[in-house]
Amino acid sequence: MSVLTFTERGIFCPAGNFFIDPWAPVDRALITHGHSDHARPGHRRYLATAPAAPVIRHRLGGIALDTIGYGERRRIGDSLVSFHPAGHVPGSAQIRIEVAGEVWVVSGDYKTEADGLSEPFEPVRAHAFVSECTFGLPVFNWAPQAQVLAEIDAWWAANAAEGRFSLLGAYALGKAQRLLAGVNTGIGPILTHGAIEATCAVMRAQGIALPPTVPVTPETDLKAHAGALALAPPSALGGPWARRFGTAATGLASGWMALRGVRRRRGADRGFVLSDHADWAGLNEAIRETGAERVFVTHGYTTVFRRWLADQGHDAEIVRTAFEGETLDSAEDAP
Amino acid sequence: MKRFAALFTALDRTTRTNAKIAALAAYFTDAPEPDRLWTVALLSGRRPRRAVTTTRLREWAAERAGLPLWLFEECYPVVGDLAETIALVLPQATGTGTASLSERMAEIAALAQMDEPARKARILAAWDSLDGTERFLFNKLITGGFRVGVSQTLMTRALARATGIAEADLAHRLMGDWTPATTTWAALIEAPDPAAALSRPYPFYLAYQIEGDPQALGDPADWCAEYKWDGIRGQLIVRGGTHFLWSRGEELMTDRFPELAQARDFLPPGTVIDGEILGWADDRPLPFAALQKRITRKSLSKRLLAEAPVMLKAYDLLEEGGTDLRPRPLAQRRARLEALFARLPDRSPLRLSPLLPFADWAALAETRAAARAAGAEGVMLKRAAAPYLAGRKKGDWWKWKLDPLTVDAVMIYAQAGHGRRATLYTDFTFAVWDGADLVPFTKAYSGLTDAEFREITAWVRKNTLQRFGPVRQVRPEHVFEIAFEGIQQSPRHKSGIALRFPRMARWRRDKPPAEANTLDDLRALLASHG
Repeated sequence: MSVLTFTERGIFCPAGNFFIDPWAPVDRALITHGHSDHARPGHRRYLATAPAAPVIRHRLGGIALDTIGYGERRRIGDSLVSFHPAGHVPGSAQIRIEVAGEVWVVSGDYKTEADGLSEPFEPVRAHAFVSECTFGLPVFNWAPQAQVLAEIDAWWAANAAEGRFSLLGAYALGKAQRLLAGVNTGIGPILTHGAIEATCAVMRAQGIALPPTVPVTPETDLKAHAGALALAPPSALGGPWARRFGTAATGLASGWMALRGVRRRRGADRGFVLSDHADWAGLNEAIRETGAERVFVTHGYTTVFRRWLADQGHDAEIVRTAFEGETLDSAEDAP
Repeated sequence: MKRFAALFTALDRTTRTNAKIAALAAYFTDAPEPDRLWTVALLSGRRPRRAVTTTRLREWAAERAGLPLWLFEECYPVVGDLAETIALVLPQATGTGTASLSERMAEIAALAQMDEPARKARILAAWDSLDGTERFLFNKLITGGFRVGVSQTLMTRALARATGIAEADLAHRLMGDWTPATTTWAALIEAPDPAAALSRPYPFYLAYQIEGDPQALGDPADWCAEYKWDGIRGQLIVRGGTHFLWSRGEELMTDRFPELAQARDFLPPGTVIDGEILGWADDRPLPFAALQKRITRKSLSKRLLAEAPVMLKAYDLLEEGGTDLRPRPLAQRRARLEALFARLPDRSPLRLSPLLPFADWAALAETRAAARAAGAEGVMLKRAAAPYLAGRKKGDWWKWKLDPLTVDAVMIYAQAGHGRRATLYTDFTFAVWDGADLVPFTKAYSGLTDAEFREITAWVRKNTLQRFGPVRQVRPEHVFEIAFEGIQQSPRHKSGIALRFPRMARWRRDKPPAEANTLDDLRALLASHG
């Protein structure tokens, strides 16, 4: 029997009788990370890494969540399971499943560049690798993080010099904290939208070091924070929350900003190409390093990426998810 | 080209008019004159022709990037722009290009004369030496697709700030068919040039569509009404014994419409008329399609001239006896135009666009409702006291078009858009019922909000029945109200029908596909409006 099978509810391990990131309620769910398309409500038992657990609890409430350390091996049924850093967001993991000597790895979401906040990605050897491919086209090539952060700093500093706020749209879990940890806090104060502040509070409580932030409430005196960087979920940028900042400069930090068309459609002044997913080179390198013969691709440009991998001599297949094909529209606001 | 790339980036990054003007004005002050001239040319739509086929560019880019061609082709619809796709897939530049914009433009012009291996070598060398925005712009320039979100008015304002020359004067100087090869910065912008002045048109004044009712315009006595003709806007210039006919897009159309040469016999030198070129027979306008043939056919046969004769419906007098009348009120210009036309014989290729008298707004609404019978597509309202302005300015000229014709149709094919609509399904084919079959009859691309396009895109992905290259056949489930301005018989279309300006007026979520219109309904519209 196959180590993993792909079912209507998600990725299933028959030997261990568990699912990975299932999208319909199941008895036992192993969760790669806390983003809402991976950690869903309604399962009877959850297992995630210790650093991923606080955010998952915060989002899903009183669930039965057990935790596991990176690299720790745990027997579930007839399978041996371990979690390994995926570099996507703090606590994110790839899940390794070994059944009778055969090793499969489910990547979850991952990026190969160390971001200074998440536990850096570690390649895991496997016979079969289930890889995301959100950015699985050769047009997606990320510049080093330091360069992108320098662009953001320069933008922020220039806006601050003009006395304007810098509104930066970033996903509330992961991207926002990565920016907080990376920008030059000497430029000015940092304000946060409630959704981002809530996640920051959870991470601070678990001991992740983040610079001080000022949550924006109806009572906040914005004038006292002139020239601040304000972090908000992308969806808040066009709404009443953003209007309080007057003629602020607006930016978005996302891998999709690599495409000029998307950048213009989103209507922000600036697009910063900063993704928590692997770029084209990162995906190819990660797959190579697993040494896997079989590759299953999911979440992204699956059809194209599968054909490319097949051209490269892999035994490659597509895993259907609850969401079809190209994920741009559902994922525009995602990491 | 670094300075030009920096300008492009500054313009591309902001939607604020003042920031755009400041960036442009700084560039027009600091950049070398040949680069300034090229920038004015590019921003006023004077793009060089495509120097190489896009097929070759794709092959060369894929080769340089070490990718199979099929993979490159898969990337293109996602990015939605060929120049950008190429810029993104190529490896990092190995050198740094130092050529200025005008030097690059000379290099691009030289590509056309080269044989293919030389052309390829030159383009690959440019790719290797350019990074990011410069590479993207180079690709835009060699594919003839350069565009940036700066209107000519905005550019002219920035030029005025940089040079201290009045905006109206500059706008006039920039008109006409100059290119950087035929002029210099000094000659175009700074020096007086009588020869160029002879053919130079005035900037067109453009109307806004009225929103709702004209009631808000105030006293009807302050306004002049005319029909809104469905032809080609044209400016006829008779100066120094010769004549010129300009389109709104600043294209010289003199040779396209030889009928108007006769105007020289009837109009005194120093006359400039603003009007509408119409196909005209039996004292009424021909359908727009007849006129379209006159623009699209390469050569004008005798037969075509006989089938689709044209004339100019005049509605404004911009120059008389060599004097610029634009600052004077419309009422005065109109009186002089009428006096001029009173002297014209019937065989002249010019007709006055009549004023439509109206006592109150309700009376004008009735006139408008009957406009189709007169071969017009609505009425125009112009303030009698207003001067002739340049460009699209709100306030003094309004178009009040007829409500469009509509049919409810079923979406059957979808295709992704380009540019800012790449990755969204925005280009749809619609069908009506012919018995139990759905017959495609039109395409439409516009009319929905971004949110609606996102929603329909998600639906298309989940409801694709078949793929034909980039086109997806989808489940015939959604009904849209298609609005259009005219309907014509067309042997080239499967349905036998062609629409003018079709667009999506509404997504009819309330209608099941079975309640969409039929081919017979379309034929009835053709009989009554064709």
